[in-house]
Amino acid sequence: MKYVDEFRLPAAVRAQARRLATTVRQPWTIMEVCGGQTHAFLKYGLEELLPAAVRLVHGPGCPVCVTSVSMLDHAIAIASQPGVTLITFADMLRVPGSTTDLIRTRAAGGDVRVVYSPLDAVTFAAAHPDREVVFFAVGFETTAPATALAVLRAERLGLGNFSMLVAHVLVSPAMEAILAAPGNRVQGFLAAGHVCTVTGYAHYWALAERFRVPIVVTGFEPTDLMDGITTLLELLETGTAVVVNRYSRAVTHHEAGPAFTPVTAVYDVVDTEWRGLGVIARSGLRLNARYQPYDAKKRFPRRHELPKLQVVSSPAECQAGLVLQGRLTPDCCPSYGSRCTPTQPLGAPMVSTEGACSAYWNAGRLPRPHAFHPEKEH
Amino acid sequence: MSSPHLSPGYDCPVPWPPPEQIFLGHGEGGRLSRELLHRVVLTELAGAGPDPQRLADSAIVSVPGDAIAMTTDTFVVTPRFFPGGNIGSLAIYGTCNDLAVSGAIPVAMSLGLVIEEGFPLPELRLILAEIRQAAERCGVRIVTGDTKVVPRGMADGLFINTSGLGRVRPGLDLGPHRVQVGDAIIVSGPIAEHGLAVLAARERLFEGRGLQSDAAPVQELVALLLDHGVEVRFLRDPTRGGVAAVLHELVAQQPWGVEIDGPAVPVSETVRAGCELLGIEPLFVACEGRIVVVVPESEAEVVVQRLQSHSGGRGARVIARVTDSHPGRVQIRTAYGSIRPLVEPAGALLPRIC
Repeated sequence: MKYVDEFRLPAAVRAQARRLATTVRQPWTIMEVCGGQTHAFLKYGLEELLPAAVRLVHGPGCPVCVTSVSMLDHAIAIASQPGVTLITFADMLRVPGSTTDLIRTRAAGGDVRVVYSPLDAVTFAAAHPDREVVFFAVGFETTAPATALAVLRAERLGLGNFSMLVAHVLVSPAMEAILAAPGNRVQGFLAAGHVCTVTGYAHYWALAERFRVPIVVTGFEPTDLMDGITTLLELLETGTAVVVNRYSRAVTHHEAGPAFTPVTAVYDVVDTEWRGLGVIARSGLRLNARYQPYDAKKRFPRRHELPKLQVVSSPAECQAGLVLQGRLTPDCCPSYGSRCTPTQPLGAPMVSTEGACSAYWNAGRLPRPHAFHPEKEH
Repeated sequence: MSSPHLSPGYDCPVPWPPPEQIFLGHGEGGRLSRELLHRVVLTELAGAGPDPQRLADSAIVSVPGDAIAMTTDTFVVTPRFFPGGNIGSLAIYGTCNDLAVSGAIPVAMSLGLVIEEGFPLPELRLILAEIRQAAERCGVRIVTGDTKVVPRGMADGLFINTSGLGRVRPGLDLGPHRVQVGDAIIVSGPIAEHGLAVLAARERLFEGRGLQSDAAPVQELVALLLDHGVEVRFLRDPTRGGVAAVLHELVAQQPWGVEIDGPAVPVSETVRAGCELLGIEPLFVACEGRIVVVVPESEAEVVVQRLQSHSGGRGARVIARVTDSHPGRVQIRTAYGSIRPLVEPAGALLPRIC
């Protein structure tokens, strides 16, 4: 398969692994921000090829995982109303809210549907003028252009029955929060290449300089990941805190590209609550003043009979917050593999296909509840 | 304003002449039911169906030999027509294949139709014709059946149930209890084609890319092995859950496991590209015309060649081996030499595929 196979060549990956072994002279902790990269590392078994001194921690880059419980509860409340169709991405259906999830809501009679593209939700709304259609818009800067286009199309079609529950979040504020947290251990980042195709990577320079961390824009195929890690470790070994783009076949803009235009046209940046991380300043998106009529939060305000939503925290047993901050690897969580599995998830990272916990589970990692616990080092 | 023409003598008010559509009355056991049965179902099934002159509450079937296999399956696939197949042919192949991989030769089948009110008769005829052709291809006769009509909204167009009776080859013993460490695991062709073709047809993805379901009868492939002295130890058709589900079923509670040779698993370019884009593991995606065979290592080459001699087995390959290194587990060796476990498929959010 062109543009895929050449980036998976076993000989090339083994050569990269040999080069990496000679690059590293001291222990380093690096974070891959994106859940897609976490899964690729585990799927291809690349962690086995890294020098023992390199510790990979997994970042918060799984949109399903970081969507707040209160936002999920709001989506569930909307989906439970008669005459309403809630449409979202498949991953969202099994994420637990505070009392239930969207799959159970559907089984109880709610009209919950799954699409691959947000534009399909607009098409559905146009074809079903008798139904209120709400798109539950989750995702990072990679999905925001598509949901922004959905609003723009709904406006062009003059649809009065389409709205969006917006739960978009932004990558670099989360990276900043991780770096600024007391006891941070992350020394360098693999930045998510696909996000940078939309946003560019110029904005990472401020992070690199302020926190003295190198950031390498990295792709998702085995040779991309090995190359990104090698570059990052070379920068770390030489004490060079710069931003480097190693995914230039896709990331062609230093600044935000044209895909970001609809995002700025439709959304404002606001403080946002992240599941497991708390509220992060200027880290999410909200429909701006012009597009308020499409805001499902306005159209379906929370009512008293809804589950209590004021302060909702994740289940106490679930260590997803530490996992999402890169402070705990999933296999060291006391619930991993026992009380928490993909069929009975306690937290979102065990649900989503991009979640670090499900990545570990799918890679067959056994629980190590008594193993190294990074929090105890400090 | 003209009043609707009512046919005299009918209790159920049906416009006359009846449009080419199913009505609730078609399921009420009266004249409409009889007409549906004789003018539509039996006419379309023709020689593959029961003798219209000898309809009774049960069909009498004589099955030679001392062991019979019996199986049943219900088909709710959407869309009903997809590249490479349709709900009708699938309803025959699915059940005949379940008989075939049990080592049985299909003899007789039943056909149950659950039809939604308003279903167009031309489409029903088309599907029945597909059923007839598929049954003829499998050499099986539909000896009994049933038709129910449910109110609009109570079924998604058409659901089909088929049951099958088969004559079991004498002396045959297949199952995990016969599998031994070192055995080779063979798949008869490229995997994941049915599941992905149905998903693509439903979501209108990858149009014009030549994606086709592999839906086909496997009994000739099975006969090539079982009737020609090959020692087969385990045989399955990897439908829902794909090859991964079959392998997990194979190793469950066994003192041995399976190691898949990742790069050896046959997947067509189109299917691989589609699975890449959708983030789906091909090993989890259904086939409807493939078999998974476990044979002694010494027989592996002969079995692959024999399967490849048949048009339905051109892509046959050894994809895995039985190993005692990780009992009860399925592992996959990647192109990089690393090994990772293959988890059991856990009910993915794919559309109805069979």
